[in-house]
Amino acid sequence: MYKILDKQTLSDVTKLMVIHAPHVARKAKAGQFIIVRINENGERIPLTIADYDRSSGTITIIFQEVGKSTIQLGGMKAGDTLSTFVGPLGHPTEISDFGTVVCVGGGVGIAPIYPIARALKEAGNKVISIIGARNKDLLFWEDKMRAVSDELHICTDDGSHGRKALVTDPLREILEDKNRPVAKVWAIGPAIMMKFVATTTKPFSIPTMVSLNTVMIDGTGMCGGCRVLLEDGAQFVCVDGPEFDGHKVDWTNLLSRLQFYRDEEKAAVDHYKNHTCNLEKAAAEGGK
Amino acid sequence: MAELNPQERKKIPRQPMPNQDGAVRRGNFDEVALGYTESTARLEAERCLQCKKPACSEGCPVGVLIPRFIKALREGDMAKAVEAMKVKNNLPAICGRVCPQESQCEGKCIVGKKGEPVAIGRLERFVGDYELAHRTCPLVSSPATGKKVAVVGSGPAGLTCAVDVARAGHKVTIFESLHDPGGVLIYGIPEFRLPKGVVHGEINYAVQCLGIDIRNDHVVGRTITLDELLAGYDAVFLGTGAGLPSFMRIPGINLNGVMSANEFLTRVNLMKAYLFPNYDTPVKAGKKVAVVGAGNVAMDSARCSARIQSLSAKQTGDAPGEVHIVYRRSREEVPARGEEVHHAEEEGVIFDLLTNPLEILGDSSGRVRAMRCIRMELGEPDASGRRKPVPIAGSEFEMEVDTVIMALGTSPNPLVFVDAEGLERTKHGTAVADTASGRTKKLRVWAGGDVVTGAATVISAMGAGKRAAADINKYLTGEAPW
Ligand SMILES: Cc1cc2nc3c(=O)[nH]c(=O)nc-3n(C[C@H](O)[C@H](O)[C@H](O)COP(=O)(O)OP(=O)(O)OC[C@H]3O[C@@H](n4cnc5c(N)ncnc54)[C@H](O)[C@@H]3O)c2cc1C
Ligand SMILES: Cc1cc2nc3c(=O)[nH]c(=O)nc-3n(C[C@H](O)[C@H](O)[C@H](O)COP(=O)(O)OP(=O)(O)OC[C@H]3O[C@@H](n4cnc5c(N)ncnc54)[C@H](O)[C@@H]3O)c2cc1C
Ligand code: SF4
Ligand code: SF4
Ligand code: FES
Repeated sequence: MYKILDKQTLSDVTKLMVIHAPHVARKAKAGQFIIVRINENGERIPLTIADYDRSSGTITIIFQEVGKSTIQLGGMKAGDTLSTFVGPLGHPTEISDFGTVVCVGGGVGIAPIYPIARALKEAGNKVISIIGARNKDLLFWEDKMRAVSDELHICTDDGSHGRKALVTDPLREILEDKNRPVAKVWAIGPAIMMKFVATTTKPFSIPTMVSLNTVMIDGTGMCGGCRVLLEDGAQFVCVDGPEFDGHKVDWTNLLSRLQFYRDEEKAAVDHYKNHTCNLEKAAAEGGK
Repeated sequence: MAELNPQERKKIPRQPMPNQDGAVRRGNFDEVALGYTESTARLEAERCLQCKKPACSEGCPVGVLIPRFIKALREGDMAKAVEAMKVKNNLPAICGRVCPQESQCEGKCIVGKKGEPVAIGRLERFVGDYELAHRTCPLVSSPATGKKVAVVGSGPAGLTCAVDVARAGHKVTIFESLHDPGGVLIYGIPEFRLPKGVVHGEINYAVQCLGIDIRNDHVVGRTITLDELLAGYDAVFLGTGAGLPSFMRIPGINLNGVMSANEFLTRVNLMKAYLFPNYDTPVKAGKKVAVVGAGNVAMDSARCSARIQSLSAKQTGDAPGEVHIVYRRSREEVPARGEEVHHAEEEGVIFDLLTNPLEILGDSSGRVRAMRCIRMELGEPDASGRRKPVPIAGSEFEMEVDTVIMALGTSPNPLVFVDAEGLERTKHGTAVADTASGRTKKLRVWAGGDVVTGAATVISAMGAGKRAAADINKYLTGEAPW
C-alpha cells in the first residue's frame, strides 16, 4: 500500500498528489511515468512523474479528472492509500545542451513538461516555454515554469489569461524568427495538440518530441495495448517510449485508438456516480 | 475394496470428469471441470497396474512418483499420497488441471496402449485439492543460514524455486512486476480452467509457512536492476517467463478491435473485466471474434470471448455472436491440450482450419470490419516435422469480423536484461542457461522456465525452478562452487 502524503487542488479538475513510494523515487527521472491502481477493483492507469524527491522517497503526480479512475483518485485525501504504484516506467527524456529549445505544455501536460524544461535549463539550454489551456482556471504552475524558462508564453482558448490563441500560434512565430534558430521542440498535452505542434514544426524540419498517452494496462511491454503506428512500424509506448519523434507518428490511428473504450468509460463514470450517490444517500438516511 | 487382479482392474472404465454443462458455462466464469469425488477418485485409482518400471513417470517432465501416490490414494492414505506427490511436484492442484497429460504422463501409461489411460491428471488434482483444503503447514524448513536469494518473477518457475530455496533455510525475496503474484497462472489462464483461489492458496502457503517475502510492483530492469540485486543478494534466479506478445506482420494490425491474446486475457483475468463495471477495467468481445492461432492461449482467448459475449448478450437481450479459431494447419497439428479443444467445441467455438489471415480491413472510423484470408493445404514436412501449410492460389476470401485476437506465441520480455552485463541471450531473446543446473553465463545468476525455453508448459517451468533451486542450495553451502 502506498500512502498519499499531500494533496493540492490546482484547479477544479486538476489535482496534485505526493505519494510515498521509495522504490520508485530512487530511480525516477524526467520523462518517465508510473502506473497506479486505486484499490483491488481498480484499473491500472499511467501518470507522468511530475516531480520526485529521493531523500524523502516521494513521487509527485498531477492529473486531470476525466473519467472514473481520475475522478475517484481526485476524491482521495492525504492519509489514504493506493493499492498499486509501479515504476519508474518508460525511457527518461534525453537531456543535453542542444542550444535553443522550445517546451510546449497543454492543459495537464504542463505538469510533465516542467521537469523536462527544468532539466534542459540545467543542462545549459536556452529554454522557451509555451503553456496553454482552455481557460485561466485550468492553467497552473505559471511561476514554476517561468523560473525554469528564459521566455514564457501563455495562451488560453478563451483569452481569459495570457494571449487568446492556440499554443501553435506563438510556436510558429518563434520558428519563423530566423535570429534564434530552434534546435529541438518538446510537446506534451492532449493528443490533438501534440499532433498540431508536430504539423507546425514539420515544415521547419525541427526535431519534435511528443509524449504519447495511449491506453495502457501493464506498462511493461506485456500486452501491446499501448502500441502506436510509426512510419517504420508499430512500437509499444510503455517500453519504447513514451517519447517519440512527433513527425513519425500516425496521429489518425492514435486518436482513433484512444476512443475505442469510450462507451465503457462513460458507463464506468455513471456506475461510479450512482454508486457513490447511493452511498451518500444511505449515509444521510442512516444519520437521521 | 478387496485387492483386484489386473483383469478386474482393466474392466473398470476410465471415470469421467463431471463438467458444467456447455451451454450453461458459456454464460459464467465458474470452473468447468468439477473434480472427482472421493469414491470416483478411488475407483479410478484402482485402474493403475502399479508397474515396476512406470512408463507414466518417464512421460512426466519432472518424474512424479505416479504409482506411489496412486497406491496411497486408493488405500485412502491421503497424507501419504500428498507426501509422495510433493517429492517431485510442489503444485499438484495446478498441474492436475493444466498439464497436457495426453502428451506426457497419460500418453505413456501402459493401460492406454489398449484402452484409455489412467486419469493421472484428475487424480493429481484430487490429491492437490485435498491438500489445499486440509493441510496444516507441514512444509519443514531448515534452520536459517543467513544467505539471501532474490527470485525475479512469481510464475511457476519462480515460485517453485523460491519454495525449495526457502526450505533449505535461505531468506528468499520475490520481485514481481505485476500487482498480483502467479505469472501466467494469474494473468493468462482463466478462472474457469484454474480458479485463482487455487493459485492464491499455494502462494499464501509459501509466504506464511516459509516466510518468503513477495515484492509486487517491482519491474526488474526499471525499478531495480539485476546488477543492483546482485549487490544485495547471494544468488538471483530469473523466472521472468515469455510474456512479450507478437503480432502478425500484415496490414491492419493497429486497427481498433485488434489485440494480442495477452491484452485480452490480462483484461479478463488479471483485471477481472468480466465483472465490469464492478471492476474498473473494460473489455470488448464483439459480435464476431476471430482468434488467430490454436494453442492453449488461443483456446483460452476463444472461450473467454464466448463468455464475454454471453454476459453482454444477457444485458442487451441480443444474440451472443460467434467466436472462430483461425488456424493455418489442420486439426492434427492443433497444439492445445485435447480437453481444451473439446471444451471449446462444446461451448460453440467454430474452427476455421487450414486458413491464414492476409490482411485486416477497417471501416472509415478505424475499426475492424473484416479479415482477408487464404485457404491452405498441407505440403511436405517442415523443420518441426509437421507438414507445412501452403497457400492455395486464388482461394482468398473475406471473413466478416469485428474483433481479432492474435494468439501467436510470445517471447521473453527484454526488460530484465537492462543493466545485466554478461547475461547472455540467444537470437530468439531467451536467456542462455544450463539445462541441468540453471546457471546462466553471469556469475551468481540462475534462470529457468519460459525465459530460457520460450513459451512452454507449467510443469516444465516448475521442473526448471526445482533444478535451479537444488543447484543454488549446493552453491550456497559451498558444495558446488561456480
Ligand atoms: C505515459 C502516460 C502518461 C500520462 N500522464 C498523465 C498525467 O501526468 N496526468 C494526467 O492527467 N493524465 C495522464 N495520462 C492520461 C491518463 O492515464 C488518463 O487520463 C487516465 O487513464 C484516464 O482514466 P479515467 O478512468 O479517469 O478516464 P476514462 O474515462 O477511463 O478515460 C478517459 C480518457 O483517458 C484515456 N484512458 C483511459 N484508460 C486509460 C488507460 N488505462 N491508460 C491510458 N489512458 C487511458 C482514454 O483515451 C480516454 O479517452 C497519461 C497517459 C499515459 C499513457
Ligand atoms: C493463456 C495461456 C494458457 C496456457 N495454458 C497452459 C496449459 O494449459 N498448460 C500448461 O502446461 N501451460 C500453459 N501455458 C504455458 C505456461 O503458463 C507457461 O509455460 C508457464 O507459466 C511459464 O512459467 P514461468 O514461471 O517461466 O513464467 P510466467 O508464468 O510467465 O511468469 C513470469 C513472471 O515474471 C514476471 N516478470 C516478467 N518480467 C519481469 C521483470 N522484469 N521484473 C519482475 N517480474 C517480471 C511476470 O509478470 C510473471 O509474473 C499457458 C500460457 C498462457 C499464456
Ligand atoms: S505433473 Fe503433469 S505430467 Fe507430471 S504426472 Fe502430474 S499431470 Fe502428469
Ligand atoms: S503406467 Fe499407467 S498403469 Fe502403470 S503405473 Fe503408471 S499410471 Fe499406473
Ligand atoms: S501497456 Fe501493455 S505493452 Fe504497453
